Amino acid sequence: MTELQARGVVKAYGPTPALRGITLDVAEGEIVAVTGPSGCGKSTLLYCLAGILRPDAGQVTWRGERIDTWSEAARSRLRRTEFGVLFQFGQLVPELTAAENVALPLLLAGTGRRAGRTAALAWLDRLGVADLADTRPGEMSGGQQQRCALARALVTEPRVLFADEPTGALDTLAGEQVLGHLVRLSREQRTTVVLVTHEPRVAGYADREVMLRDGVVDGTGLGIEVPSSGGPGRSTGGLGLLVGDAGAGSVQDGLR
Amino acid sequence: MIGVSTPHVLLGLLAQGSRHGYELKRAHDQRLPRARPLAFGQVYATLGRLQRDGLVAPAGQDRDGGPDRTTYALTGAGRDALDLWLAEVEPPLPYVTSTLFAKVLVALLVADAERAREYLVAQRRAHTDRLRELTAVKTDPSATLDDVVAADFAIAHLDADLRWLHTTLERVADWHREVHS
Ligand SMILES: Nc1ncnc2c1ncn2[C@@H]1O[C@H](COP(=O)(O)OP(=O)(O)O)[C@@H](O)[C@H]1O
Ligand SMILES: [Mg+2]
Repeated sequence: MTELQARGVVKAYGPTPALRGITLDVAEGEIVAVTGPSGCGKSTLLYCLAGILRPDAGQVTWRGERIDTWSEAARSRLRRTEFGVLFQFGQLVPELTAAENVALPLLLAGTGRRAGRTAALAWLDRLGVADLADTRPGEMSGGQQQRCALARALVTEPRVLFADEPTGALDTLAGEQVLGHLVRLSREQRTTVVLVTHEPRVAGYADREVMLRDGVVDGTGLGIEVPSSGGPGRSTGGLGLLVGDAGAGSVQDGLR
Repeated sequence: MIGVSTPHVLLGLLAQGSRHGYELKRAHDQRLPRARPLAFGQVYATLGRLQRDGLVAPAGQDRDGGPDRTTYALTGAGRDALDLWLAEVEPPLPYVTSTLFAKVLVALLVADAERAREYLVAQRRAHTDRLRELTAVKTDPSATLDDVVAADFAIAHLDADLRWLHTTLERVADWHREVHS
């Protein structure tokens, strides 16, 4: 089954085109790495697929349903229940303990406090950080924080996990531990993963790599999809309206 | 890449206790899981040279006898040779000898930037596939630390090659101009 589909997705920030017609399919349970040099549009594509940003043109489909036309409220609900998101760093609420952070998405979805804590503890345990349950993020290493953030992204058992440079702020060993957990747990749960990275060794964790270059899929790169519609130069509507939409603030608001 | 020094690895394995050739081969392939497996012939030939140089000595025969069942032990001289070798720092990449590099250059000499680019793209795909394979080895729950550390070594080198392949792809047109100016 096709989990996610982008068809001719175009997105600009003011006059800057970030995506110039992206077409891409992600199968259920697949781990796809989106790679390419800095500024090529990887994060923008992830935001569009995750319903955080709305494309200017083109379509985004999740399990056969077009989601780019949904209201902000509907997309926000989708992100809370079916999608999990993991960023480079700084996603944990500093005032809350690890267990409280991990339980947060469940509490927002209406789970009771006690059941939320039980689930959070189980997830922290699966990520090898059970002993940090009552520790606040400020007292954890980067790798430990990122494992908690991964637990929080997975606690709702999402269909899709979106990870944007999830190890970008970690040293190699800590990064590999996070990626090892991410891949193992995703495979166990058949979670589909969109993994954005500019590092070849991180892309090595994926089943497949989609390379971007200047806002298009680099067909010459690894012989994956070639943009089939809405190619370069296509008009990008809504100029000026979306500047700043992809800022860390709005992305995190989507999570909270 | 710096080659494995098989004689020293065999000496190192013998430092743990005497063994015969077959046991040495098994220990070698287990401890260096991503190395090219040693052929028996190579083990016996190496042991022969090490014995000639006084670095190992026969230390007995297994019950069933035969030349293949001779047990070898590390000698004092062998131990000294090992210590010397360990104290010696390897020259960090004294020459740039990669075939990858040579191929791009030759493609530019005999053809054009497009030919070089085709090669770079194909090589990048092969490297990426291998990187993915080794990452799978490493993340397999049954992987031992021997497996992980060996895969890590290969992954780090593939990763470095891949960075070079990416950058060179960006530079190949300029490089072509320089080669032909
Ligand atoms: N909030 C924003 N406002 C304006 N321009 C942006 C914004 N976010 C990204 N861009 C621009 O869009 C392009 C793609 O950015 P991005 O998707 O972040 O790329 P990547 O994640 O591959 O580094 C870049 O040119 C970047 O400068
Ligand atoms: Mg980015």
